[in-house]
Amino acid sequence: MKAFQYTRATTQQSAIDAIAKPGTKIIAGGTNLIDLMKRGVIAPDKLVDINQLPLNYITTNKLGHLHIGALALNSVVSESKLVLELQPLLSMALKAGASPQLRNMATVGGNMMQRTRCAYFYDTTMPCNKREPGSGCGAIGGYNRMHAIFGASDKCIAVHPSDMCVALAALDAAVTVTGRKGTRVIPFTEFHRLPGEHPEMDNTLAPGELITGIGIPHNNFAKNSYYLKIRDRQSYAFALTSVAAALEISNGTIKQARLAMGGVAHKPWRLFDAEKALVGKPATEESFKQAAEIAMQGAKAYEYNKFKLKLAPATLVEALKHAAGLV
Amino acid sequence: MEDEKDYALPSFDAEAKDNSRRNFLKQSTLLTAIALTPGTAIKAADMRVDEKIAEAFEKMPVKLEVNGVAHNLSVEPRATLLDILREQLDLTGTKKGCDHGQCGACTVHINGHRVNSCLTLGVMASGKKITTIEGLAKGDELHPMQEAFLKYDGFQCGYCTPGQIMSAVACIREGHANSEMEIREYMSGNICRCGAYPNIVNAIQEVKEGGQAV
Repeated sequence: MKAFQYTRATTQQSAIDAIAKPGTKIIAGGTNLIDLMKRGVIAPDKLVDINQLPLNYITTNKLGHLHIGALALNSVVSESKLVLELQPLLSMALKAGASPQLRNMATVGGNMMQRTRCAYFYDTTMPCNKREPGSGCGAIGGYNRMHAIFGASDKCIAVHPSDMCVALAALDAAVTVTGRKGTRVIPFTEFHRLPGEHPEMDNTLAPGELITGIGIPHNNFAKNSYYLKIRDRQSYAFALTSVAAALEISNGTIKQARLAMGGVAHKPWRLFDAEKALVGKPATEESFKQAAEIAMQGAKAYEYNKFKLKLAPATLVEALKHAAGLV
Repeated sequence: MEDEKDYALPSFDAEAKDNSRRNFLKQSTLLTAIALTPGTAIKAADMRVDEKIAEAFEKMPVKLEVNGVAHNLSVEPRATLLDILREQLDLTGTKKGCDHGQCGACTVHINGHRVNSCLTLGVMASGKKITTIEGLAKGDELHPMQEAFLKYDGFQCGYCTPGQIMSAVACIREGHANSEMEIREYMSGNICRCGAYPNIVNAIQEVKEGGQAV
């Protein structure tokens, strides 16, 4: 690992001032950053440790909105009574990610900032437009079994690895960020971006901005939500496909639906059209299959990930069946 | 090669420090490095100045309480807790497996919570209480989980065992050892290439059902 300077930020302002300098990275849990630094994928000159900032809160307000600080640990959020009561989908997604040890280190903000696990991004001897813009994409003509079927570009077909983010995209969460120009709120579905011409940019965070927390608006999905993750082994592996499904059902009829998919795109893939198609329909497997068909419109596979064209809709139907209590 | 300090490499296991395998590794690695490095680096290696170069990087004070013993150390920011435990404190029970957070062999407890020490910077653990596998037994009396691993043959080669045991203790403390399925899920961060999983699960279940304090 390249040597670097290390400092601790004691105020939000000092963290913001520090990351304005090029070559400086924030470290919270470090579970992805240290790994990338050991491999030479990222080589910062300076790390700013933000763990002393008071950003590990989990609170709710009168309206039932849930607020979680950027430094709340993945393990703590997943076991939080408030989260389990108000947004159990978030807990399920967190528990599907990584290992207990990593969840004890990883933070909510860091989870959002983690990089793709595309093998070509990790291997510094390979071309990768995300790691080294302009060098090409090793995955497009290479071994692309884990890669995207939605929203990819001819520059990058990597997928976002997070489970937590799939749930947050489905739950209409918002991200609070703060920088030198002040504080702003980004809808979660607009936080991560598609690769387009600039796969080196994973998200819409402006240079020097710091994630301070997330908010999830009150909803009535707690009774009928489910996170289903399909992977090569039962636990501790990244998703081939995953689905966050949240339903509000009244007398067997779907009043509202929220759906997002993981392992299929450069960002958590929200399925707005499939959600609309479910509203007013009976909560049956037939309705779910129709929604899955709509969800898959525009999907495009590569040489080794064609199986995802079948696995993704099957995952969606199964997740909805679990959410609706049919399984 | 008379002065080994100049060419010290991270140790990989807890074997005696002067064994011949290690010396062979050190020598062959140095030869490989010379074959691959440009002339100036070879010159530096010849003059044995590499340690001085390393010391030129800023070192930072770190206070660690490891298994109840306080240590005041000076470390480079890039030194992981795993390497500090093994290289500076000679606590080689904690193993380096993948060194990338994928295998769990390096699992230790920080302030009572299990973490991967290979992905933890030492400077970030400053002021915290670390428990390693060496800190579980009370003198000659093994920890109940260590006894159970012996009783059920919870290992074959033993390399993953310290991490497995640290994780197993945490698994019970966290309240995630209520069924075989739950134990398997909450032990999934510890890989065992020998495949001792069924015996590991048996050991954890016995300790859990025995109700002893872990």
